[in-house]
Parts: sequence; structure tokens; C-alpha cells
Amino acid sequence: MSHLPVLIPVTLLLSAFLIPLAGSIKRDFAFAIALVGAALAFAFTLAGLFTVITQGEIRYHLGGWAPPIGIEYVLDALSGFMATVVTLIGLVVLIYSRRSVLHEVAPRVVPLYALAMLLLAGLVGIIVTGDLFNFFVFLEISSISAYALMAIGDDRAPVAAFRYLILGSIAGSFYVLGVGFLYFSTGSLNMADVAQRLPELYQSRAVAAAAIFIFIALGLKMALFPLHLWLPDVYTYAPSAVTALIAPIMTKVAAYALIRMLLTVFQPAYLRDLLPLTSVIGWLAACGILYGSIMAIAQSDLRRMLAYSSISQIGYIGIGIGLANPLGIIGALLHILNHAFMKACLFLVAGNIRWRTGQWEIRRFAGLGRTMPWTMAGFSVAALSMVGIPPAAGFFSKWYLLLGSIDAGNWFFVAVILASSLLTAVYFFRVLEQVYATHTNEESAPMKASDPPLSMLLPTLFLGAGLLILGLFNSAIVTYILNSVAQPLQRPGS
Amino acid sequence: MAYASEIYFSLTPLLAVLVSPAAAILILLSSQKPNLRETWTVLAAVGKFALVISMVAPVLAGQYPAITLFDIAPGISLALKADPLGVSFALSASLLWILTSFYSIGYMRTLKEHSQTRYFASFAICLSATMGIAFAANLLTFLIFYEVLTIATYPLVIHKESAAAISAGRKYLAFLLTSGVALLLAVALTQMNAGTLEFSPGGFLSPSLGQATLLGIFILFLVGVGAKSGLMPFHSWLPSAMVAPSPVSALLHAVAVVKAGVFGFARVVGYVFGPGLTADIGAATLVGVLAGATIIIASLLAMAQDNLKRRLAYSTIGHLSYIILGTVLLAPAAWLGGLFHITTHAAMKITLFFCAGAIYAKTGRENISEMDGIGKQMPLTMAAFIVGALGLAGVPPVGGFLSKWFLAEGAVVSGHPVLLGVLLLSGILNAGYFFPVVVRAYFRPSKHFVRFDEASPAMLIPLLLTAAFAVLLGIYPDGIFRFYSLTAAAAFSVVARGAP
Repeated sequence: MSHLPVLIPVTLLLSAFLIPLAGSIKRDFAFAIALVGAALAFAFTLAGLFTVITQGEIRYHLGGWAPPIGIEYVLDALSGFMATVVTLIGLVVLIYSRRSVLHEVAPRVVPLYALAMLLLAGLVGIIVTGDLFNFFVFLEISSISAYALMAIGDDRAPVAAFRYLILGSIAGSFYVLGVGFLYFSTGSLNMADVAQRLPELYQSRAVAAAAIFIFIALGLKMALFPLHLWLPDVYTYAPSAVTALIAPIMTKVAAYALIRMLLTVFQPAYLRDLLPLTSVIGWLAACGILYGSIMAIAQSDLRRMLAYSSISQIGYIGIGIGLANPLGIIGALLHILNHAFMKACLFLVAGNIRWRTGQWEIRRFAGLGRTMPWTMAGFSVAALSMVGIPPAAGFFSKWYLLLGSIDAGNWFFVAVILASSLLTAVYFFRVLEQVYATHTNEESAPMKASDPPLSMLLPTLFLGAGLLILGLFNSAIVTYILNSVAQPLQRPGS
Repeated sequence: MAYASEIYFSLTPLLAVLVSPAAAILILLSSQKPNLRETWTVLAAVGKFALVISMVAPVLAGQYPAITLFDIAPGISLALKADPLGVSFALSASLLWILTSFYSIGYMRTLKEHSQTRYFASFAICLSATMGIAFAANLLTFLIFYEVLTIATYPLVIHKESAAAISAGRKYLAFLLTSGVALLLAVALTQMNAGTLEFSPGGFLSPSLGQATLLGIFILFLVGVGAKSGLMPFHSWLPSAMVAPSPVSALLHAVAVVKAGVFGFARVVGYVFGPGLTADIGAATLVGVLAGATIIIASLLAMAQDNLKRRLAYSTIGHLSYIILGTVLLAPAAWLGGLFHITTHAAMKITLFFCAGAIYAKTGRENISEMDGIGKQMPLTMAAFIVGALGLAGVPPVGGFLSKWFLAEGAVVSGHPVLLGVLLLSGILNAGYFFPVVVRAYFRPSKHFVRFDEASPAMLIPLLLTAAFAVLLGIYPDGIFRFYSLTAAAAFSVVARGAP
């Protein structure tokens, strides 16, 4: 039996424990261990994903206890894909983080890395676990480490993190309540097992309550409109590297969890057809897209703009879940990947700007196109991808979502997807104009280009280039991974 | 049938697309060495033209070079195919890029412009996107290059970085990104309804989809490609974009970008819907009315412009609608005239823009009212200007006469004498807005322009060559580059199959 499913979270968890020990000897060890841990975890994930594609899903019984008694870890196409996204982004951001963290929060390097690894462990744990209660454990691991990570940062960070802590705890309690309802209805906590027993109980009110509790909980973690209130402050005040780590993947894992609930636990027959929770998500998401875009236009601080943009982009994923048809879910999952790359890239750029200029006010960006050409090239690619200009990756997730919306005959979603492209263009071109076409007043000697050091620049450019590659070769991802995931959503007879 | 065709695998269309992004990278890398940098531009332009022209003979023999790269979305490949329509467009764009490159070098250096590296790199990307549009074998490939062209032109529009340039850039993006969204929806609807996006002469959409659906999709396409082709009411970005440097206006706003729009029209009408279906669903009438109105209104607006480039821009808007008009008339002659006008208008209008740029670079004047007597100082430039203006008014032997002749024939044959009237009226209006320029240049006395002092040879020679090219197209339309045969092949392959 392959140990890959469990190796991924365990590697990260172990390195999280090692970091404080090694870090107390020498501060630099913290970074080294984090890097090795993340790289190993990524390697395991990649191996796992490859095995899944070639040989089918891997089910791992923790401690040899067979489910439903024991805890099961499952690596299938969906979790393999998602774990790859999380560990890859985690690795890239960690490589980037060293100088940025030293620059911004030098005294807290060791705890920061320990918490970051704990966060990653929690996130991949959520992804690979096949057990509803184990899911909760990992949810709390990731949440608590996230609160702490966010509280590191400037003076306003602890307040923002505290607000998130309160909302996050509510989400956690709602989730446990939901799982409790499921447990006393079905007598099981294993996802596959619960799924098998649920169809007989589809009429039960307790199951409906469970579904609603779980969906509110995950909606909160995902920052689905109108449960997004915690997000902008947290993204704005945390250290650059922390935001770059949290923003691209944490909300996405909650979105993944929603998809998992839809596909595996409750089944489309229930959530889509009987209790149409998915369409509620879809409509809320559509509102969130518009709200996020409009709020982003109103921001003068780059990181706040990116935060609101996240709320809007999460809406795309929500629309895909809301459509609950194969094209919609393919679009949602692809957007999870694409948006992770885009947001990571954009927040790394924000970190680079902070590194050089110490601030994020968009109106002070004049001339950055000349002084930081490479950073701004990365920014441009990511911005165009956000707008949905082909062949950048962002275009293609929108393409599938658009096809899915047309397929469902939902013209409101079609209109929202298209309109939001234009709104996104408004707030990104505003920055691009400032960066490239506005002169600084100093007409003195040509300023020397001063991109950040390579350890920060290369991850930024890697993500930027990745956006083009993901765009051009999205079809491979869809064909080999996502198609099989979306299969259960095929309506009979279509 | 004479136009039976088959495709064969060839890298040439791909190379024609890729040669200029490769150049763009080299241009960015040699930003500190202007001469080396400009060498890359020239080499890429010549290389691109050579690649395109190597495809002319096989295409005319019915052998279309094609390459399918990989699936860009499941079931939809990123594919290029060089058919007669694509090659004729690519040929005129790449030929004129060579001349524009030399002209650009002269213009940018005379005016000591800033950010020349960005300028030349963006230019190269634009041309690459244009080739991609010309050779795209399906709608998604077309859409990708179409959007790339939109974005790559933006840095050129805002090149001056002045408040006016930035606001022109915003207007440009507002129009073109919005139309791009409409195009995206049109393509998505086509994919969901027809299950394919592959261009095919005579169209691939089936009438069984129903008139309402088809007309809806067509209108989205109309908005999608209409903005780039300056069709009213989506035209107003084009006059504003004249704030860009003259070579940009010359090549992009008379040849590459706006022609990509009308080329898209030809693809949509001829290769997606088919001329027959376009007429059946009532779209042809709609487009005919819009294009006819655009021709007349743009010509009238052109008269009111004092800024020479803005006058040319309105003239362009009018002439683009000639081409659009040609594609919705159900007669081979109309298609022939419309498609041929892509090339002839390119040659004539680029000459005029080159002249405007030469005058600006030499004297700093942009307004017609300040050009009294300029014929004395720049007689050669103004002679070229006259050639271009005569051609646009439809006077033989300049190429514009021929395209207009075929269009007129098409209007008559397809039973739309009103449109014949539109074309004739437009000819008179064209004369009406160009004549005053010529009169001022030659017959008004001037204190400033007294002695012969032409623009630098890098600018003068290209504009003389384009003027000569415009005349050559009129006298010997099949010329050395077989423009006429290519256009005819495209026109007959579409209309012969698409006619009811």
C-alpha cells in the first residue's frame, strides 16, 4: 500500500515541529527546514498525483484500521490536483519569503516559519482526509496557525486577525455542528461511508440542517459574499510573505472542501437537485463578483485592491460550484489553480514593491515600470490574466465557466462573468497606467533599475511565466485530471 | 472546380507568427544599442514578408499550408491555416511593415522620441498577432490573437504618455475590451450551439439553430469585430487614438488593427455564417444599413476635422465600411471588391499617414489650416499625398478605383442600387475632404515654406514606395505579389459556395 497520502501532511507537520528546535540553534535553520519540508511535500504530492492519474485513486488507512472505524486518507484526482496546487504555491512563496520576512518582521522569523508549515500541513490535511472529523481537526490546525500568522505584521494586524479568529471560530463550530448532525443521522464519519448511507435519509431535516451548517462554515472560510468581511483587513495588514501564502490557497481549500462535499459526501443528486444549495452559492457568488470588483476599483492601496479582487475571483469559483455541471466545476477547479498562480504572483509583486519603496499607494507607483521592469512584467502578465486576456490562464477558466453558464441557460451568470472582466480591467489598467505611463517629476539622470534580489524576483517571474504555460496547456489539465472529477455531475440523458 | 483545395502540414504559418515575438525579445535585450535594436525590427519584417510570400504560390495552386499545434481547450485546437483570404491580408500587412519599419526609424529618431524600445517591441508583437489573426483556422485561435492585438496596441496608443494619450488609451480599451467580451460570448455561443469553431468557406452554422439564435450570435459578432473595424456606432476610439505616433496610425490604424476587424467580418460572414445564411437571417440588411450610414457620416465628419490625422481617421472609418459592405452583398464581385479594398486602402491610407507624419516630423504641424503652401517645401511628400487622395476618391489609375469598381458592380448585381448611390456619393465626399488639403498645400501663399526641404530619406522613400504601390495595384492588380488572384480566390471560394 502506498503511503503517499499520509506522507504529504506528515512531512509538513514534522517540519513544523522541527523548526522551533532547529531555529533556537540558528535562525537560518528555520528557513532551511521549511524549504526542505515544503519541497518534499511537493514531491510526494506530485508522485501521488501521477500515481492517481496512471493507476487510479489511493486509499490509505491510518494505522491499518479499516474504515469506517479508522481514519482514511484519500488521494484521488480531485485531492491530488488540489494538494499539488497548495504545495506548489507554498513552496514558491517559501522560496520567496526569506528576504522579505527578514526585511519586514525579522524578530519573528522562527515562529513564522513554524506556523507557515503548520498552516500548510492543515491545508493539505483538509485535502487528503477522507474523514469528516479528521477534516475538522485539520481545519482548526490551519485556522489557528493562520490567526497567528496574520497577527504578525503591523500594528493593525492583531485586530484584523482577531476579527478573523471570531468569525473563523464560528465557522469551526458550525462545521462541527453539521458533522454532528450527519453523525447521528448516519452513524459514520467516513466520507465515502456517509455518502453511501445518505440517499435513504435525503428527506431527513437533520441532514438538511447538516448541509446548511457545513455550507455556511465553508462559505465563511472561503470568504464567499456576504461572508467575506474578515478578508480585506487581514490581507492588507499581514506581512507580505504571509499574505502571499494565505491569499492564494487558504480560501481555495475551503472552496475545494465545498466541491468535495458536493461531489463525494452529499452527492449532486442531493445538493443540486433536492436541496438546491449549489444555486444559492452560485447566486451569492455572482453578487460577490460584482461587489468585489466594484470595491476593488475604489481602493487606493494595492494590497487592499488585491484583497477585494480576491473576493471577486472567489466568486468565479462559487459560480462554477453553483452551476454544478461538468463545465462549471472544471471552470471552478481550473480557476482555483489559475487564481492561486495569479494572486500569488500579484502579492509577491506587492511584496517586491514594499521591499523597494516601503509602501503600496497606487498613486505613488509612477515610473515603477522603468525602475522595476521585471517585477512589473510579472505584474502585467498576472493583471492581464486576471482580466482574462488569452492566452494567459485566467482566460480559460472564464471560458469554461462561460460555456457552463450557457449550458445551464443561466444568462445572469454569463452577464456577470463578462461584466466582471471589464471591471477587472478598470482596476488593473488604472495601476498599469500609473506604472508605465506616468512620469515621476524628477527628470534627472535615468534611474537605475532596481528589481528586488533574485531570490524574490525569480519566484515572481516563475508564477508569471506559469500563467502563460497554464493557459496554453490548460487542455491537458482538463483532459487528464479535471474531466474525471467532473464526471459525476453529468446529468443523466445529456 | 477551380478552387478545390487541400491542406498540407507546414511550419511556415507558425514561423510567420513567431518571427516577430522572437524579434521583440531581441529588441528588449538590445535596448541600449539603438542600431542593433532596429536591425532586429527590419530583419523580422523582411523575414516575415519572405515567409508569407513563400506561401502565395502553393495557396493559389489550392495547396494550403496548415499546422495544428495542440488542443487549447478540449476538442478545440490551436491551429493555423493559410488560405487565400488569410494570405492576402498577411501579405499586405507584412509588406507594409517593412516600409513602416524604415519609416518608424526615421520618424522616431527625427523627433527623438522616448521609450523607443517599448515602441518597437510592441510593434513587433502587434504584427505577430496580425499574422495569427490572418492564419487562424478556428474562432478560438482567432479570438486569442485578436485579444493579443488589442493589448499589444495599447502601449503604442499611449506612447506619448500625455494626459490626452492616456485618455485616448482609456477610450481605446473601453471600446476594444468591451467588444472583445462580446466576441468571446459570440464564440462561446457558437461552440455550445454548433459544437465546432472551425472556419469553413461558405460557413458552418446551420439554419436549423433558428433565426433568433443566429441573429443574436451574429449581433454579438458584429459588436465584437465592429469596434476594431470602426463601424459606427463603435468608431469613436479611432479618431482619439490618432494621438499615437504617425507610424502607429499608419500601420495599425490603417492596415493591421482596423483591418483585423474587417478581416474578422469577412471570416464571420464568409466562414462562420456563410453569405447566404447571413442574408437569410436578416443580418446582411442590418450590416448593410450600418455600413452605408458609416460611409456617409464618416465622410461628412472628416470634412469637419482640421487635424490632418483625425481627418484621415474619419476617412479610414468610411473606407473600412466599404469592405464590410462588400462582405454582406451576395455577389462575388462585391466580395472581390471588398477584399481587394483591404489591400488598396492599406496602400493608399498608409501613404497619407506617412505624409502626415513626415509633415509633422519636419514642421511640427498637425492642422490642415497651418499647411498653406507646404507643397513648396515638401513637393514629393505632397505628390504622394495627392496619389493617395485620388485613389481614395476612386480616381483611376490608382488602386482604389478598381476596388470601388468591383464593389459597385457587386451592388448592382446583387440588386442594391441604393448602395451604388452611397459609393458614388462617398467618392464625391472623399474628393470634398481631400481637395482642400491639396489646394492649401499648393495654391495658398506661405511665409514659412519657401525652399525645398523634405523629410529624411528614411521617411520619404517609404512614402513614395507606398504611393507607387497604390498606383501599381490600379494598373496591374495582380502585380508581383498576386494580390488580385488571392483576393479573387478567396471571394469565389466563399460566395460560390455560400450563395443560395
